[in-house]
Amino acid sequence: MSEFKQTFNSSLGKKLIMALTGLFLCTFLIVHLGGNLLLFVDDQGFAFNSYANFLTHFPPIEVIAYILYISIIVHAVYALVLTLKNRKARPVGYAVQSGSKASWSSKNMGLLGSILLLFIVIHMSDFWYAYKYQHVIGFKEYRTDLATNQTTVSDYTPASAEFERSISTENNVEIVRVKDIHSRVQASFSQPIYVAFYVIAMIAVAFHLLHGFQSAFQTMGWVHQKYTPIVRFIGTWFFGVIIPLGFALMPILYYIHSLSK
Amino acid sequence: MSGNMNLTLKVWRQKDAQAAGKFVTYKADSISPDMSFLEMLDVVNESLTKKNEEPIYFDHDCREGICGSCSLYINGHPHGPKQAITTCQLHMRTFHNGQTITIEPWRSAAFPVIKDLGTDRSAFDRIQQAGGFISVNTGGAQDANATLIPKVVADEAFNSATCIGCGACVAACKNASAMLFVSAKITQLGLLPQGQPERYSRVQAMVAQMDEEGFGNCTNTGACEAECPKEIKLTNIARMNNDYFSAKLFRENHVHDGGGE
Amino acid sequence: MGLDAKIPQGPLAEKWSKHKFNLKLVNPANKRKYDVIIVGTGLAGASAAASLAELGYNVKAFCFQDSPRRAHSIAAQGGINAAKNYQNDGDSVYRLFYDTIKGGDYRARESNVHRLAEVSVNIIDQCVAQGVPFAREYGGLLDNRSFGGSQVSRTFYARGQTGQQLLLGAYSALNRQINLGKVKMYTRTEMLDVVTIDGHAKGIVTRNLITGAIETHAGHAVLLATGGYGNVFYLSTNAIGSNVTAAWRAHKRGAFFANPCYTQIHPTCIPVTGDHQSKLTLMSESLRNDGRVWAPKTVEIAKQLQTKQITAAQVKEEDRDYFLERKYPSFGNLVPRDVASRNAKEMSDEGRGVGTTGLAVYLDFAEAIQRMGEDTVRAKYGNLFDMYYQITDENPYKQPMRIYPAVHYTMGGLWVDYNLSTNVPGLYAMGECNFSDHGANRLGASALMQGLSDGYFVIPYTLGDYLATIGPKPVDKNHPAFEKTKQEVIAYNNKLLSLKGNKTVVEYHRELGHIMWEYCGMARTEEGLTKAKAMIKELKADFWKNAILTGGNDEVNAALERAGRVADFIELGELMVTDALNRRESCGGHFRLESQTEEGEALRNDEEYAYVAAWEFKGENVEEELHKEELVFENVKLTQRSYK
Repeated sequence: MSEFKQTFNSSLGKKLIMALTGLFLCTFLIVHLGGNLLLFVDDQGFAFNSYANFLTHFPPIEVIAYILYISIIVHAVYALVLTLKNRKARPVGYAVQSGSKASWSSKNMGLLGSILLLFIVIHMSDFWYAYKYQHVIGFKEYRTDLATNQTTVSDYTPASAEFERSISTENNVEIVRVKDIHSRVQASFSQPIYVAFYVIAMIAVAFHLLHGFQSAFQTMGWVHQKYTPIVRFIGTWFFGVIIPLGFALMPILYYIHSLSK
Repeated sequence: MSGNMNLTLKVWRQKDAQAAGKFVTYKADSISPDMSFLEMLDVVNESLTKKNEEPIYFDHDCREGICGSCSLYINGHPHGPKQAITTCQLHMRTFHNGQTITIEPWRSAAFPVIKDLGTDRSAFDRIQQAGGFISVNTGGAQDANATLIPKVVADEAFNSATCIGCGACVAACKNASAMLFVSAKITQLGLLPQGQPERYSRVQAMVAQMDEEGFGNCTNTGACEAECPKEIKLTNIARMNNDYFSAKLFRENHVHDGGGE
Repeated sequence: MGLDAKIPQGPLAEKWSKHKFNLKLVNPANKRKYDVIIVGTGLAGASAAASLAELGYNVKAFCFQDSPRRAHSIAAQGGINAAKNYQNDGDSVYRLFYDTIKGGDYRARESNVHRLAEVSVNIIDQCVAQGVPFAREYGGLLDNRSFGGSQVSRTFYARGQTGQQLLLGAYSALNRQINLGKVKMYTRTEMLDVVTIDGHAKGIVTRNLITGAIETHAGHAVLLATGGYGNVFYLSTNAIGSNVTAAWRAHKRGAFFANPCYTQIHPTCIPVTGDHQSKLTLMSESLRNDGRVWAPKTVEIAKQLQTKQITAAQVKEEDRDYFLERKYPSFGNLVPRDVASRNAKEMSDEGRGVGTTGLAVYLDFAEAIQRMGEDTVRAKYGNLFDMYYQITDENPYKQPMRIYPAVHYTMGGLWVDYNLSTNVPGLYAMGECNFSDHGANRLGASALMQGLSDGYFVIPYTLGDYLATIGPKPVDKNHPAFEKTKQEVIAYNNKLLSLKGNKTVVEYHRELGHIMWEYCGMARTEEGLTKAKAMIKELKADFWKNAILTGGNDEVNAALERAGRVADFIELGELMVTDALNRRESCGGHFRLESQTEEGEALRNDEEYAYVAAWEFKGENVEEELHKEELVFENVKLTQRSYK
């Protein structure tokens, strides 16, 4: 065991932890974006709300969620530890700013990461925490006529405070009652400041991943003449552009939509 | 000579390791563009000596870019603004008349200033002593052509072997990390068949010593690669990482002696 | 004191193996009772330190640089010779021996040179085992190229950085022993004197270049591997720090200095541009494999080139004189260095030199680029071309390089016998700092070979014999000789520090360099040398009166370091001139205008001068005494060297 401790206390070991947690968070982003695309389904939040309920109630996902939370904390704590150590490695700075060629994002991962941490805290307290631990979110009842496949929506007030979700079928009508996180999303994304904050955070994600994704492969030593270009391509276009753009489109489109109401 | 220049130098002066340092401004007049940067400093030093003032101390020796003695952080760049050369190969034609040039020593906790622009880089030696060798005694070698080495492997090993140990990578890195230096030797010996027996013990020993010396961590910015006078590639660091994790996580470092530790 | 070279008896090819058998051995358990001091950590010093530590001796190694890796061996570009005959082109130990003796113009010891050729093959094996990345062919075998003075391809190389790679190999072996605690390394520590007790070298006095502390170190033997003295010329291809101080101070303690006038002027260096210049940069001899040396046929065309009215490319083929190819058809551009240098100087003297100063000839790659393509040329010589471009701001792919001879190597040095021992028992000299193997001219790619041969394969045997003889009794560190020598060093340094005149040490050095280059350079005359001797004496007196030094002893003081070195160079300069005056013949790098053939080649006088001139120090400002070691040639016939 002590050998593992020694390994992860070494400079390279700490970097490996950054890389592994970072890559795990990258894969989470894919899943998260996939789920959130349900926001674009025009069903008054039915799919999205069901998805949110599924995420918070399916046990294996619960487990993964906790690994995720730990990853975020470990990633942030190790970043801090490494940053402090790196500062100590140069106690006296240069009078002239470095003119060395290095990408902006690679030199500002700490700043970008701090923005993201702030974002994650706000984002999670507004949605995840509110959803799971507070009773501030209302419920919706979706009635779907199974014959015509027509769905009607209405607010629903549960009888018990413990109520989470119910599915029943009456007269060939499926009734789904579920927590209505969708309305909260709608409400949040109609505030310009909130939207701006989200967009800024997604820009930070873009720059963080632009460096971070391929950097993780470099840290793990997975560098290869044939495959590294592919990694770089994915890091740049998928994680640096498509994912953050996908996320950013949600607040933007919801905001635009809110204007037309 | 036509086209001679007058320059202003802001030079870091520091009596010894203990003393506090400060910038002192000097005029360097009638500097020929054909002079090397160090020859320009020679001229300044000659005039200081004649005024019975202490000349500026800087490390230098071969003055042809191979010994690795010269250093100097010039206007935000180790070895000055031109790529792939050392300070002694930097010629004054790179600068223009009237320019102000700020000259600082390498800044790193592991490279304490000994005087003015000279630093103590013995940390590099100690890292090499920890494992930067192949354990063969004189006299026991087989015929040099007994082991065939593919040209591409020999060439790649050579590229890593060209490191001159000047420390520009540390100076350029925002974290004062020595990983490019350390990884170059690990890569050179790790690529060659002769280096295989000690490949995994070597990387562990050298990384441990590197950590002990107080260098910072690599954050894969690539500033080291950009400033390296010998253009040592970042892929060396990936190779080191790979060997290190391989050694630490997947390889057995001790023989099975039956009785445990 | 007689000069016994201790050359073993018997046939040439068996001398070394017989000698190895006859040398006394130190029992493995006793080896750790011996302390060995090694000064200098270049190829010879680092390889000796590692090899002796591997055997079990306690080694203390010293270098003035901040790391052993920075020794000037690192700058050697072209390659290292070895009689491997991997190319199947007729090479053999005997041929390497013969080429070296002939290249040295028959002024080297047969026995030493043959040993060098014998162990050359082991050096390559050893270096490859250490991980030195020599150039290879596609099949994975080692590649070779050819060098001046030979008609076979026996030079192993690592692009244009062979010295670097070999030194880093030796440095890694040294590091391993430091790690094992068998070598104690002292960096930024300069040796300033040798301590002798009852005529035996027993220690050294050093100055810590950071704190200024003057310290003594005791050992059973002192090995000097402190390099050459080319910097006596101020401008040379040597590093700025390269100096003669260790060897010279040893000389003043009784070690003879041999053949000081044998200096090698390397033909392919980047020409001087101005007074500010602090050093000259070599362009590897390997360039002469593919580059063609030429000068314009007429003074008129040269004038136009010098004033930049025309470019080199505009000179028509029939107006070019490929003078080496013309004069030496069989060796062509690959004649030995002394011959190539002298011919370049001749061109300039005739007014056919190029460049603004007229002190240069062309080294042209146009034909090679046409033949092999620019990419191949780049792969072979890229780093050299880049270096040239950096310094001159001229692109050698587009226009021919300008080259001119520059001081590069010194064949002379401390006199040593076959065991590499100076005449002071216990004091050894290895590598460039001894005089042993190159005669009056060194062939290209032989310096690396000699340094490593001495360090890896000769001294580990020969030193043991001496140590076994004196026994493992510890050296008495409290012997008054240590304190006495230390006080003398302190007094000497204080004398230097008290100089508060008006001329800097660098100015004295430059002045000395001018004198040496002018009168004791590529061409020497009785008259010039006599004049130079007087000038140097005058310069020395002036130095001790009017030099200016700043700072004190107890700090980093580059001025003090330089002053000590320049003071020694001045004294050495005088001895070089004395030696050059004494040798009224031309041989190798020593060219006396009075002694040349009708064709202008060096004319030896074997009757009178087939000896090693070993000089004994007799006191400050006293003429040194000449001792002669007659050179006996039993295997090769002394002939007029011909490369035609």
